[in-house]
Amino acid sequence: MTDPIKYFASRVTASEMNRREFIGRSMAAGLTLAAATSLYGKAAMAQEPKRGGHLKLGLQGGASTDVIDPAKSSSQFTFAMNRNWGDTLVESHPTSGLAVPSLAESWEPNADASVWTFKIRKGVEFHDGSELTIDDVVKTLNRHTDEKSESGALGVLGSIKGIENKGGDLVLTLSEGNADLPLLLSDYHLVIQPGGGYDNPNAGIGTGPFKIDNFEAGVRATFVKNENDWRTDRGFVDSVEMIVMNDATARMAALSSGQVHFINRVDPKTVGLLKRAPNVEIQTTSGRGHYVFIMHCNTAPFDNNDLRLALKYAMDRETMVEKILGGYGKVGNDFPINETYALFPEGIEQRSYDPDKAAFHFKKSGHDGSVLLRTSDVAFPGAVDAAVLYQETAKKAGIDIEIKREPGDGYWSNVWNVQPFSTSYWGGRPTQDQMYSTAYLSSADWNDTRFFNTDFDKILLEARAELDQAKRKEMYHDMALMVRDTGGLILPMFNDFVNATTTNVSGFVDDIGNDMSNGYVATRLWINS
Amino acid sequence: MANPLAGVRATRHRLKETHPLSVLIAERLGLSLLLLWAVSILIFAGVEALPGDFAETYLGQSATPQAIANIRADLGLDRPITTRYFEWLGGVVQGDFGNSWASGAPVTEQITKRLGNSLFLAFFAAAISVPLAVGLGMVAVHYRNRIPDRVINVLSLAAISLPEFFIGYILIVFFAVQMGVATFPSTVYDNMSWSERLAAIALPTATLVMVVLAHMMRMTRAAIISVMSSAYMETAELKGLGAFKAIVKHAAPNAIAPIVNVVALNLAYLVVGVVVVEVVFVYPGMGQYMVDAVTVRDMPVVQACGLIFAAVYILLNMVADIVAIVANPRLRHPR
Repeated sequence: MTDPIKYFASRVTASEMNRREFIGRSMAAGLTLAAATSLYGKAAMAQEPKRGGHLKLGLQGGASTDVIDPAKSSSQFTFAMNRNWGDTLVESHPTSGLAVPSLAESWEPNADASVWTFKIRKGVEFHDGSELTIDDVVKTLNRHTDEKSESGALGVLGSIKGIENKGGDLVLTLSEGNADLPLLLSDYHLVIQPGGGYDNPNAGIGTGPFKIDNFEAGVRATFVKNENDWRTDRGFVDSVEMIVMNDATARMAALSSGQVHFINRVDPKTVGLLKRAPNVEIQTTSGRGHYVFIMHCNTAPFDNNDLRLALKYAMDRETMVEKILGGYGKVGNDFPINETYALFPEGIEQRSYDPDKAAFHFKKSGHDGSVLLRTSDVAFPGAVDAAVLYQETAKKAGIDIEIKREPGDGYWSNVWNVQPFSTSYWGGRPTQDQMYSTAYLSSADWNDTRFFNTDFDKILLEARAELDQAKRKEMYHDMALMVRDTGGLILPMFNDFVNATTTNVSGFVDDIGNDMSNGYVATRLWINS
Repeated sequence: MANPLAGVRATRHRLKETHPLSVLIAERLGLSLLLLWAVSILIFAGVEALPGDFAETYLGQSATPQAIANIRADLGLDRPITTRYFEWLGGVVQGDFGNSWASGAPVTEQITKRLGNSLFLAFFAAAISVPLAVGLGMVAVHYRNRIPDRVINVLSLAAISLPEFFIGYILIVFFAVQMGVATFPSTVYDNMSWSERLAAIALPTATLVMVVLAHMMRMTRAAIISVMSSAYMETAELKGLGAFKAIVKHAAPNAIAPIVNVVALNLAYLVVGVVVVEVVFVYPGMGQYMVDAVTVRDMPVVQACGLIFAAVYILLNMVADIVAIVANPRLRHPR
């Protein structure tokens, strides 16, 4: 940290400088936006939190089909709810993305990372007064992985073969080595419940900083502070109220009129208008989610790598970020990893819009006629606009793209992962291994680019069990290049998470883990006045 | 030789002469049940025809084949469609709407709360808009083609021409954001006091009133004007009745049938068609509940909502017909 930036950080800590000012000045002093943003989070964290008050959140993504059972949690609303009342064994670090202890105090792998031993924290109390034991942990993981499991984390935990209590420690045995196992346990479904939640999965009894007071699915949830919380660095307010607001304009109105302190999913198209409200602060966080144009590498005409390269060079990434994301995002480089991941492969050249190269590869491919791209509004916000924009930039390279707009209902079952060229999106995954295993391994169900490369598969499995970080980083570098240069993925942009708070709350942390400060927003905010 | 059917017909004919209204209501109720049954088949088939079943859509992107299979086995989705439909129907006939697939809670319990909220909002919107619309309609007739008539027409047409969400947003911007006098969001919940509830629904009620006002007002105006041109109104005028009194006493009863029909349609809309207003004002009514259920193909909830909506329409239309018959002597005593 250079001296002027250090000074700015101290001003933030003393509440004398707001976020916009800090980031602006730090960038002027030579810091990148991502670095300045994360630094601001740290400086704001160092601020002395004020306790008390009633915190209100207006959130998109709740439905009357929501349940408290964390295994079945699938909406943004229940995701943030789980974080309030429950804890996972491991958390991910807000800025580095590495595994940090939570209900597990520490952990140790064996030599090939196939057997892991976790020490469980002592003296932690559930909301019902009972003490957390190793039994609760074992049963929770059992409930998410047994043969009757309906858990959303089942896919993540597929490689776990044994869950045992050995002398009070949790021992997990895997079918193959996995150096990332601790991070997998930070999945938001894996909230530790008393007795594993077998008796009453919807009880909402956990070890989190807030106790559930009232829950009406699709309407709202209220929480009161857990006075026996095992941590003191979270849960600053006395009570929390989360209200389901699925209409973007309603959320903006509620925030700017001061009815709520926080809203999620600010529409990039209207963020400029919201900024004008004097009591509002926009909170943007670099994310791992990305918007994609995907080609099936095994289907004509996309089985020709020159055609794929031509289509990659025909994409104007900067304009996409500017027009489709309103500037709230970063350009992509045709592999699904960005610098928010641990072990990000550095030094890979940024691919940019180049009509000449596109025309050259298009000619070399020998393809004649137009290319059919299927899209829909549900693929990602602004997907149809993005397709039209792409059509225009490709035209300059002499490539004719025909756009077919598909109905939104059924897009995910009839078009995505079925048709050879379509638009789609991906949320991030906690690790590079997870991202590649989910969608780029030859045998993956969701290999939506039909990327079949045995060398790639081999390195992926080797890297998974590799405990030497330097070697592992090199492997990820090679894999990124393979996907970038021979894959069927066109990745123009990574979208930021855009949230907003009122100016009288502090403590928002730009957590790269996921949206809404990785769901921890209510446990991290405090009210100043 | 006694034909049993002829006997029934004869009885029906006799009943129709002695109790025409009761026979009509009984017939309409029977038809309504038949209609509801048809609606339930339509909804069931419709949801089945949508791509993706409950297990797939509910798990969404995090679905694994094993989890999907577990949910299907759990709910019996792997059985044939007819078996599932008749099982559901069997439950409904006994008054059991089943449990929501998504939350596992009884449908009846959840719907009661949501329906209560919807009726609460609809009641106040109707209590304000119906008298207002009919009253304004009469005023417009009285000042026909003069300034008050024009003003009423222009304002109410402007209100109906704007989409309801837009009216909602305008009200929010002025009364909640800029002036800060109205409650927003309009969320109502269990332990809310009566006065808090009333404050919460002020803006959505105002929106709904503006949306339904013009339709009813213009129908009132048109119906009364057509009656006004008839001979007996001239007689009323000639015998020296005041214009307003003539409207209330002679024109209104004869114009009631079309007005009641339009009022019934608008009341039905207030109960079942206001999902957009619910979303804009964050109001937990039936509309949003059904949309959520359709999104994940939660069949028991979709069915129950659909049946209630259909029942509301059928019931209100029936009431409108009955009122029209009771009000009109010619229909009351058919020859």
